[in-house]
Amino acid sequence: MNLQQTKGYSVVSNWLLSKDFRPFLFQEQAWQHIINHKSGLVNAPTGCGKTFSVFLGAVIDFINHHPDDYKSNPGKKLQLLWITPLRALAKDIGRAMEEVIEELGIGWKVGIRNGDTDTAERARQKKQMPELLIITPESLHLLLAQKEYAETFRSLKIIAVDEWHELIGSKRGVQVELAISRIVSSQWLLVNKKPSVWGISATIGNLEEAKDVLLSPLQQEGVIVKADMDKEIEVESIFPDEIEKYPWAGHLGIKLAHKLIPIIEQSRTTLIFINTRGMSETWYQTLLDIHPGLAGSIALHHGSVDMELRTWVEENLHSGRLKAVVCTASLDLGVDFRPVETVIQVGSPKGVARFLQRAGRSGHSPDAVSKIFFLPTHSLELAEAAALKKAIKEKMIESRMPMLLCYDVLIQYLNTLAISDGFVPEQIFREIKRTYCYRELVPEEWEQLIHFISSGGKALYQYDDYKKTEIEDGIYKIKSRKLAMRHRLHIGTIVSESMMKVRFISGGYVGVIEEWFISRLEPGDVFTLAGRNLEYVMCKEMTAYVKKSNAKKSKVPSWQGGRMPLSANLGKKLRETLDRRMEVSNQGSNEPEAELLALEPLFDLQEKVSHVPKQHELLIEQIETKDGFHLFVYPFEGRLVHEAMAAILAWRISRIRPITFSFAMNDYGFELLSDQPIPVDDSNVYELFSPANLLADIQRSVNSTEMAKRKFRDIAAIGGLIFQGMPGEKKKARHLQASASLLFSVFSEYEPENVLLRQSYQEVLDQQMEEVRLRDMLQRIQHSKIVITFPQQLTPFCFPIKVDSMREDLSSEKLEDRVKKMQVQLEK
Amino acid sequence: MAAYLSHIVGEEHLVVSAERTLFWENESTLIVADLHAGKTGHFRKAGIGIPQQVYKDDLHRLLTQILFFKAERLIIVGDLTHSLINKEMDLFRKWRKDFSTLDVHLVKGNHDILEDTWYSEADITVSHKELLLKKFLFVHDVETDNITAAKGQYIFSGHLHPGIIIRGKGRQSLRFPCFYFTKNFCVLPAFSRFTGTYLVEPGKDEHAFAVIEKDIVPINR
Repeated sequence: MNLQQTKGYSVVSNWLLSKDFRPFLFQEQAWQHIINHKSGLVNAPTGCGKTFSVFLGAVIDFINHHPDDYKSNPGKKLQLLWITPLRALAKDIGRAMEEVIEELGIGWKVGIRNGDTDTAERARQKKQMPELLIITPESLHLLLAQKEYAETFRSLKIIAVDEWHELIGSKRGVQVELAISRIVSSQWLLVNKKPSVWGISATIGNLEEAKDVLLSPLQQEGVIVKADMDKEIEVESIFPDEIEKYPWAGHLGIKLAHKLIPIIEQSRTTLIFINTRGMSETWYQTLLDIHPGLAGSIALHHGSVDMELRTWVEENLHSGRLKAVVCTASLDLGVDFRPVETVIQVGSPKGVARFLQRAGRSGHSPDAVSKIFFLPTHSLELAEAAALKKAIKEKMIESRMPMLLCYDVLIQYLNTLAISDGFVPEQIFREIKRTYCYRELVPEEWEQLIHFISSGGKALYQYDDYKKTEIEDGIYKIKSRKLAMRHRLHIGTIVSESMMKVRFISGGYVGVIEEWFISRLEPGDVFTLAGRNLEYVMCKEMTAYVKKSNAKKSKVPSWQGGRMPLSANLGKKLRETLDRRMEVSNQGSNEPEAELLALEPLFDLQEKVSHVPKQHELLIEQIETKDGFHLFVYPFEGRLVHEAMAAILAWRISRIRPITFSFAMNDYGFELLSDQPIPVDDSNVYELFSPANLLADIQRSVNSTEMAKRKFRDIAAIGGLIFQGMPGEKKKARHLQASASLLFSVFSEYEPENVLLRQSYQEVLDQQMEEVRLRDMLQRIQHSKIVITFPQQLTPFCFPIKVDSMREDLSSEKLEDRVKKMQVQLEK
Repeated sequence: MAAYLSHIVGEEHLVVSAERTLFWENESTLIVADLHAGKTGHFRKAGIGIPQQVYKDDLHRLLTQILFFKAERLIIVGDLTHSLINKEMDLFRKWRKDFSTLDVHLVKGNHDILEDTWYSEADITVSHKELLLKKFLFVHDVETDNITAAKGQYIFSGHLHPGIIIRGKGRQSLRFPCFYFTKNFCVLPAFSRFTGTYLVEPGKDEHAFAVIEKDIVPINR
């Protein structure tokens, strides 16, 4: 069927023309595929009509099927399921789609289903599904937990997954895979049809794979539709007046804050991206302090700020009433804010894709240039800016690897099916084997999982009351209403730190904060949240009560988690950049990079006291100070790989001679510190960095157990081992609480073969240690020249690592003084 | 490193064991706290599949300790059971029968909520608040307001599940269950291995013994 000749196309294109729009080529391509009942992936940057590429395609297809009565004949049944990762997005997208539907006059209703949907609306939806349902992955699983859910999806034509690049690398992506596998199969069983599946994704390194993952349950090849709209991006670094030869993380940034004021003033609206919530609070305060004139036109936006306030910020971003917003990754996603002209990235963005995404938040008209400023938080980060520019030019965008064999999500899913209509293991096994995530699942593992949910693993049979799924005519069901309700409350894969609400004593909600931070406060202490100084008064039932404070000094809360490591792509570029520096200083290459020129004094000092590693070199520094014997290594592979490598190296060295270490690391390198000389030299260094026996050595190094314990916390919660209690059941639930670390030790000792336990070790390998990257690094090092130096003093490269390792023992003011002293001593 | 250490309170000789028991030599009495029998069963009944072996192991360890010390009396300073009755309790009753000559005392803790008949059928002597033997006072929670020891009395208690952090060089730290002895009272570690710990920080003149796997290690500040 030729798109242009269809009724639907003429209706839609006429409507577009009336608004003076013309469809982009990629949109028409997508529409053609959609009416041909194909599945696939649309790759387009935000802000150029990617939503319409799939949504209007569905509309055209609907009109084509109802050419004469599309206006009078609403589908009356679900036609299009729109999966989006962000609740906040649903409303905006829904509104935009409603407008189109109204103007076209088709009788569709748009429904939204997420955690905010009230019960009345849910009940309405259950009785009469809207034609278009916008939903989060979690809520989709909640639909699967409803009796007779298959009926809901009987008429579904298209499943669209928005922002698939955001979902694919996470367990929420796995939830999407599972839901698709169930919907596709249940429709097939009912009416012998399959819906099409369309993903929408920004550019990532592995688009082809992203498509395969999404379409895997359909067992179809599918197509990729690309919007070839290259946006011009201009990157400009903000330079300190003087390069500190002994840089240290986090401290330079604030000092440069005054340089942001002219940028903010010259631009209509500016987004200032800060890597952590804690630092964003500090930045917000600092900008107000140095330029009080911003009061009222600057706002703060991060994940722990009250939802209402965040919505207010977003609305005012749309209307252009805000001059600047200090934000975290919380504004990475979502609809475009047209007034945003400029973006400032403070500190390393850690990856090329993320930097591009943030840059793309500015300059929205198709031919506008996206302008992004980079403000380093320590001088070495300027080298990262140079590396980023190069990576952007070469389009070295990171891949998002799909997660594999997540037993925890599967256990949760099986329980979800068990509380609705129950499931037949053989059938579900066939279905999940078609998903990308579980295609390698072997029958033995499946048996174990089924055994785990039906009889609770190892038991003393005559003394056991285990009860969860029961088997009735071969169908596995959870019949207890209590268990079912409890499970419903626990559907989802985002496990947060234990959070406390923060409220004013006089009433009014401020935001949330991690419990451990509150637990360290004394009444009367002042801390900052949502840009306000608050005095801690008391804590009652998971709520911290505060009052306003005018105190000058306050503690800035830190939130755990979420520290991204430097990506492999950026690390590689950074190593190359250090190499390029030579060209700059030797004869001036074609385009001397300002960042590298500025850093020359630092590099000169590094070269003088130690060495600047070239692309195919690995630098190791051995330094003795009054703290002990330090070994610094600089692979530039990101903090996670460094953490793992430090543990492995420590273990390997300790086999030469019994020796204990402490570790420290950043994205550039890591440190081993000991009270005795560290036996690493030319004779054994290649062996110490050998990829041989890597796996065995990882398992032996203490950290893997500790790391697995940390991973287990989320896995146990997703897999249903940790129960957080139900509203109104607080007291009773206490008897069911056990900490993740306790469960971890109990399972390790008594059921070491447990699948969830195994998964936590696997996740440590895959994510925490980035085993593949670790192995690649070791292989690279084997072919590199290892340069060991013995500097007489700390070097510019090791300084930030050293300072980071002191940070934990000292309060920040004291640290500042101590670092200054060290800098002065070293510069002499 | 040793599995047992002796500790003297007043004129009484005690043995602190790495199996989380305390033996009072002069009275041939074994003292334990927080057995939480039936805890795994309670979880399992709620659909949370905790391996039951941990509970069986607890009972086995208790048996070994009684035999090792040739104890004639067992005092449980509270939380013998975890919650409502479940099948795992039958295993405890069976265990109890095998030791019919053993004198078992329970000072009730907040988790001990079973019917009185259960305790009498299990041949357990129950004290609701405290039990006094010579100069030793046994209670469940030493921090309850109405606990006051008369002059010269020393208290043994549980409830807290005390644990201690041992810091190594380079910011390494590990957490272990411990015995916590102050001037006036002692808190025993929870006997059950399916329990967490609550951090204590012994001050001057106080003693802690950390349970590090099969060893008991005195910690001195």
